[in-house]
Amino acid sequence: MYARWVPTGLLAWPLVAAAIVLLVSAPRAKYVALLATLVEFALSVPLWWQFAPEGGMQFLADYAWIAPWGIRYTVGVDGISLFLVLLTTFLMPLSVLGSWSYITKREPGFYALLLGLTTGMIGVFVALDLFLFYVMWEVMLIPMYFIIGVWGGENRLYAAIKFFIYTFFGSLLMLVAILVLYFHVGRATGIYSFAYPHLLANLGNLGNLGWWLFGAFFLAFAIKVPMFPFHTWLPDAHVEAPTAGSVILAGILLKMGTYGFLRFALPFFPTVALSETVQVVIVTLSLVGIIYGGLVAMVQPDFKKLIAYSSVAHLGFVMLGIWALTLQSVQGALLVMINHGISTGALFFLVGMIYERRHSRLIDAYGGIARVVPLFAAILTIVSLSSIGLPGTNGFVGEFLVLLGAFRTYPVATALATTGVIIAAAYLLWALQRVLFNPLDKHENEKLTDLTPRELAVLIPLLACILWIGVYPKPFLTRMEPAARQLIEQVRGK
Amino acid sequence: MSVDLSIPRELLLALLPELVLTVWALVLLLFVAWRHHTVRDLRIAGWLALAALASTAVAAWWLWYNLAQPAGLAGMIAIDDFRWVTDWLYIGGAALTVLISFAYLEREQLVAPEYYVLIIFATLGMMLMSAGEDLMVIFLGLELMSVAVYVLAGFDRKSPRSAEAALKYFLLGAFASGFLLYGIALIYGATGTTNLTLIGVQVGLGGTGVMLPAGLALLLVGFAFKVAAVPFHMWAPDVYDGAPTPVTAFMATGVKAAAFAALFRVLTEGFAHAAAWQEIVWWLAVVTMVGGNLLALAQRSLKRMLAYSSVAHAGYLLVAVASGKAAGTAAFIVYLVAYTLMSVGAFAVLAAKGRRGESDVLIDDLAGLAARRPWLAFALAVCMLSLLGFPGTAGFIGKWYILIAATSAGHNVLAAILVLASVVSAGYYLPVIMAMYMKPEPSETAHDDVRLGRLAEVAVAAAVAGLLLFGVWPNRLLDVAKSAGDSLRAPAAPTAPAAGS
Repeated sequence: MYARWVPTGLLAWPLVAAAIVLLVSAPRAKYVALLATLVEFALSVPLWWQFAPEGGMQFLADYAWIAPWGIRYTVGVDGISLFLVLLTTFLMPLSVLGSWSYITKREPGFYALLLGLTTGMIGVFVALDLFLFYVMWEVMLIPMYFIIGVWGGENRLYAAIKFFIYTFFGSLLMLVAILVLYFHVGRATGIYSFAYPHLLANLGNLGNLGWWLFGAFFLAFAIKVPMFPFHTWLPDAHVEAPTAGSVILAGILLKMGTYGFLRFALPFFPTVALSETVQVVIVTLSLVGIIYGGLVAMVQPDFKKLIAYSSVAHLGFVMLGIWALTLQSVQGALLVMINHGISTGALFFLVGMIYERRHSRLIDAYGGIARVVPLFAAILTIVSLSSIGLPGTNGFVGEFLVLLGAFRTYPVATALATTGVIIAAAYLLWALQRVLFNPLDKHENEKLTDLTPRELAVLIPLLACILWIGVYPKPFLTRMEPAARQLIEQVRGK
Repeated sequence: MSVDLSIPRELLLALLPELVLTVWALVLLLFVAWRHHTVRDLRIAGWLALAALASTAVAAWWLWYNLAQPAGLAGMIAIDDFRWVTDWLYIGGAALTVLISFAYLEREQLVAPEYYVLIIFATLGMMLMSAGEDLMVIFLGLELMSVAVYVLAGFDRKSPRSAEAALKYFLLGAFASGFLLYGIALIYGATGTTNLTLIGVQVGLGGTGVMLPAGLALLLVGFAFKVAAVPFHMWAPDVYDGAPTPVTAFMATGVKAAAFAALFRVLTEGFAHAAAWQEIVWWLAVVTMVGGNLLALAQRSLKRMLAYSSVAHAGYLLVAVASGKAAGTAAFIVYLVAYTLMSVGAFAVLAAKGRRGESDVLIDDLAGLAARRPWLAFALAVCMLSLLGFPGTAGFIGKWYILIAATSAGHNVLAAILVLASVVSAGYYLPVIMAMYMKPEPSETAHDDVRLGRLAEVAVAAAVAGLLLFGVWPNRLLDVAKSAGDSLRAPAAPTAPAAGS
């Protein structure tokens, strides 16, 4: 019963809740939204135990939808999507709580969009029909567009439309590629269907067509990840979005790109993906992302922008891990995806909290505030260390696994990527020094108040995850291992 | 039941919807000859027009279920699903236009009930165009529709822009009709017939010399004018801009749909085996999509933006034409349904916001509309997303179907160009949403005079509901469109020329 209905429930409940949020009065909206996201999280938690690591795709549901085109509503969860679904449901209540006092205008609309976004994101991760996947992939654009455009910072209109058009551009080419695949497989087998397993099993030899199709998928996902040089939308969107928007963008939306590579681009086109050219291009772009992202982060005067560029670097590690295609590196990539959601999410929350007090995101506006807000300083330090990858935190486990696994495939590139960890230490520690330590020379900073219980309630779950994964990642690794191994066999085997 | 079109009584039966509408048109004409002074007369005429459209829809529906496609060679008119489905489309478009016209005419003080008579006559012309199995019937329908719409474009007599629009439309329209007629003449010269089925047989046999391609080319030019395909689109922005907004909605949907439907029938039934046109239409589609979208991008006036965007949408429809076959026709029908709904919705909201012709409503004038008129803003936002082809709306299903038709016909490059053109269109549809939701209103009272009439509200609500419904559950629409697409009779393959018949 639970297994059959859980993905559908996770998709439908936020929509129902969004309708309720729109109906209640503005001051009550956030309470309803918090309750709704907590229910959503509670609904998803049993997945963790019910999931059978060796069971492949599970929690399947399959119904006819648009029969004339062979489109079905098919959803399921496997070892790759499990964590992303859980990460989504985990971050949503925190995002609502983090927006508590930040969002002051048109609250019902904001929380309804946040809930609609939840459906879109979970839909992307559980969809097993390419049409459904595409619809979800696009549908989540609209709430994010509004969240940035209505509740964002000064330059929000520019950031919102840039975010929209970049993503839209990539995904429309993917749409054509999906259609070409559909007809290619349909002609070969006589069964016209968008079902993921059907397409995967019957792709056959694509020849030159494979390059074009891979290119279309690559563009859609690379923009979303974002890989260098498709990353320019990201700093704008991250900086202008309200706190919850930034957290979700970094925590979940970016993972859709890497998820797309794992789920579609690699298994569909293994010969193209593992060809010399593509390997060189992707590994180079990942390396550039790691090093360039880190260096650019170092010189940012705006703390939020610094975190945004650090995302480019972190996602570079993920791409390197995916393309290295060893068991450790793929597991590491999956873990970095989760870690990045947690650590960067926490960093964005922290920046948002200090911004609410001081209305500035500039690093120069602070200095020495550790003496005024010790609790804030302590948490910011722990989270930064986890983002750097200090042993004992989650960041270390993920990046270490990626580097360990990738070294077998790309020794030189991995050696270079290691410098990325050092650069990360440089920009984050330097920023910490300027914000928290240095002399307390700004008068305005003397009256800052420390974290409230509500803010602690946002941060403590994240801190708990940072330490849990850092100290005992085994439950995560055992759950993702069979799926990772299956993926590698599938890709390498062809 | 099956009918024999050579028997006059049965021919009349097959023309029942057209006859019903003609009778209504005459009744309405008589009514307005006596009663054309007060707002009350205007309203009565509007209700009569709605009754006319409703009864015609019933007649078309009755024939749809009761008449079978006649066997053997076709006569002057077709009896197929394609005709009934497009009839319903025109009637629906006309009804929505009438609904949004009630309040508009009163507000702009255009107290002239003849307006509704012209709408009815134009609809009649469209229905004839879809029914025509013969180039002459199609031409008659086209002229009946065009003449009525020339007058409608200039209906706001006091506005010089409206008069300019009418004159421009008339001159260029007459020019296009000339091309079309000359093309028909050449085709007649080459094949000895104006009947589409017979032309199809002749073309299949080959050996028609240079006259047939020349005639076909002129025919294509004539239709390209009517559907406003680049580079024959020059008239469209000015005419759409100058005409009263409900008329613009009518032109962008019904008139364009009818021209496309006739084009589909002519190309599929008459020229399926003449190779040359596919390539021409391919290029026409490309330049229309690219040109329409880029020009729309440069517009600041909402009405001109919608005018150019309608050129771009003609380009998407041409992709369906280039894809040919049943899939292309079905995609065309689905797209037209979506396009009619979203255009009428968008123009209705524009009409509510504007005054005196609306050409001065800039996109930025909508700033803050969402805060004052949330439902109106929501309706326009849905229409914009649908025009953009966003999932969850009927516009996406239509575009998706066109993409399916294009890729199934092997036009992968054309499909790629279509989606890239759609990305460009995000650059002008999104600013509308942006203005409404994300910009502050210029003053407290900026939107106080925004009023949709009660009936226009019904029309907009119906359009938005349709867009969302077909966006999520299009199955029924797809079935209908498919049966319409399959019902066009393609001529026999050229290797086996109609030996038996």
